[in-house]
Amino acid sequence: MSDTPDPVVERRAPEAVAQFDHRHRSTLDRVQHFLHQYPTMVPVIVLVLSLIAFGLISPNFFSAFNLSLVLQQVAVVGTLAAAQSLVILTAGIDLSVGAVMVLISVVMGQLAVNFGVPVPIAILAGLACGAATGALNGWLVTRLKLPPFITTLGTWNIFLALNYYLSGRETIRSQTLDTDAPLLKFFGTRFEVGGAVLTYGVILMVVVFAVLYYALYKTAWGRRVYAVGDDPESAALAGIQTKRVLMSVYVVAGVICGLAAWSSIGRVGSISPTSFFEANLESITAVVIGGISLFGGRGSILGPLIGALIVGVFNSGLRLAGVDVLWQLFATGWLIILAVAIDQWIRKVSS
Amino acid sequence: MTEPLLSARNLVKRYGRVTAMDHADFDLYPGEILAVIGDNGAGKSSLIKAISGAVKPDEGEIRLDGKPVSFASTLDARKMGIETVYQTLALSPALSISDNMFMGREIRKPGFLGTWLGMLDKTAMDDFARAKLTELGLMTIQNINQPVETLSGGQRQGVAVARAAAFGSRVIILDEPTAALGVKESRRVLDLIQDVRSRGIPIVLISHNMPHVFEVADRIHIHRLGKRLCVIDPKAHSMSDAVSYMTGAKVPEGLAA
Repeated sequence: MSDTPDPVVERRAPEAVAQFDHRHRSTLDRVQHFLHQYPTMVPVIVLVLSLIAFGLISPNFFSAFNLSLVLQQVAVVGTLAAAQSLVILTAGIDLSVGAVMVLISVVMGQLAVNFGVPVPIAILAGLACGAATGALNGWLVTRLKLPPFITTLGTWNIFLALNYYLSGRETIRSQTLDTDAPLLKFFGTRFEVGGAVLTYGVILMVVVFAVLYYALYKTAWGRRVYAVGDDPESAALAGIQTKRVLMSVYVVAGVICGLAAWSSIGRVGSISPTSFFEANLESITAVVIGGISLFGGRGSILGPLIGALIVGVFNSGLRLAGVDVLWQLFATGWLIILAVAIDQWIRKVSS
Repeated sequence: MTEPLLSARNLVKRYGRVTAMDHADFDLYPGEILAVIGDNGAGKSSLIKAISGAVKPDEGEIRLDGKPVSFASTLDARKMGIETVYQTLALSPALSISDNMFMGREIRKPGFLGTWLGMLDKTAMDDFARAKLTELGLMTIQNINQPVETLSGGQRQGVAVARAAAFGSRVIILDEPTAALGVKESRRVLDLIQDVRSRGIPIVLISHNMPHVFEVADRIHIHRLGKRLCVIDPKAHSMSDAVSYMTGAKVPEGLAA
């Protein structure tokens, strides 16, 4: 066994190159590898196909106006999905994002309207409140080591109760906001670009995703978020302070929920403590359809943006085709299952 | 006689009523490959964890270059040039080779982008990673940005060793580097170990594989019942001697009570 080893380099080269020979693969294998390399291609393909299909079914679908309407409709849930993506990338899940968003919109509204706090300060207080809710979730997950699912199931109820308490279950009406705190409705402001009608809320969503893209791919923090989600033990051994990374993720997610809250006030026009009850699950839907793995560490941050658009396109397309609303749910349900099945299949590449 | 580069005296670590280390000693000399062997439960891992910073001993002293040191975490040990390749490799499978090599010590771009926006210098990191892999003869890995999970077991081990070699300026600790590998891949890793040693960096090799230990080690530290039983010269002892000492079937000369 201990024959004298000849120079290392020459001996290794030919064999190892053969291991990377990709030529003898079936088409299916190649598709699998391609998707493994570019996981966002799945939602992109689904989005393109659904655009084509609905465009063929109903001629009105492809108007700039209708497509921009889809963007307006997904802006709030899309922004929320950005927060959800961060948590899911760490192999967690945040069931409280929707409740946090509504709670913060109530905080902003109450401070500005009923307590006479200057609106910019009310908004900052709302964002700080988002950071605090995130810090609570993060503290429970990292310090008490509770599973994120249960932690956020608990805080969801807590935040919902706080929301009812602070709002007194009263809606702050649109007219009141117009006179007392118009800045809260800023993200509902519409503007027109060549037939398309967009809101600043749409811009906010795109900017949030762009900033997250930068943070996740171009900074050390982002690489660490992926590493912690991928394999927390390995990340810790490699010198990552995993708790600190997790904590930062929950706090950033909380702040993004705060931005979504501000955006939601503009979208709805009023501040209702009972609005967006399904936003939690809708944000998870967008993330899953967007190809981010629920097991953490895999998927592109741009996926959930596309995922949110897919849901929006399905809703709009089916409505224009005159199909009953229930089939939107039906279709979304199958999309979720399909997305998770594809994720499982792609992950097998590694074994 | 040269001074040991890294040494430990009277390390004690208790977990409840279990004593994992019972006044254990350890010495690593410059430029050597020191194998650490011992039966399961002999306390090898605790010893290794203590000198790599993963565990803080209850008692005892660790010296690096003759100066007492204390590690609060593996990060501390790493800052002092002690790198560990864990049995699990501690690689993130979905991340690229380059990302993995720099995990926890990424290079930022100079100037505004790096300082204020935290932008990573991917080019510099890729170049460095490529250079290190080439140095160790691992450049058959063609794409530095391919995810680690697409590599074979031996190649992954190679990346982990390259990472340790790239940053471990003083000591490299390898925990069971060949345990999960086939014959051919083990061969390469052993070559790699000798390659690293030839650069003058001493290596601590923890292994159950006697042929591997006897092939590469300069000295063999035998751990038994939580402490160092003896250190033997692989040229003067046989593998069966080592196994007998390890299991207590035989007592090394000079220690017989």
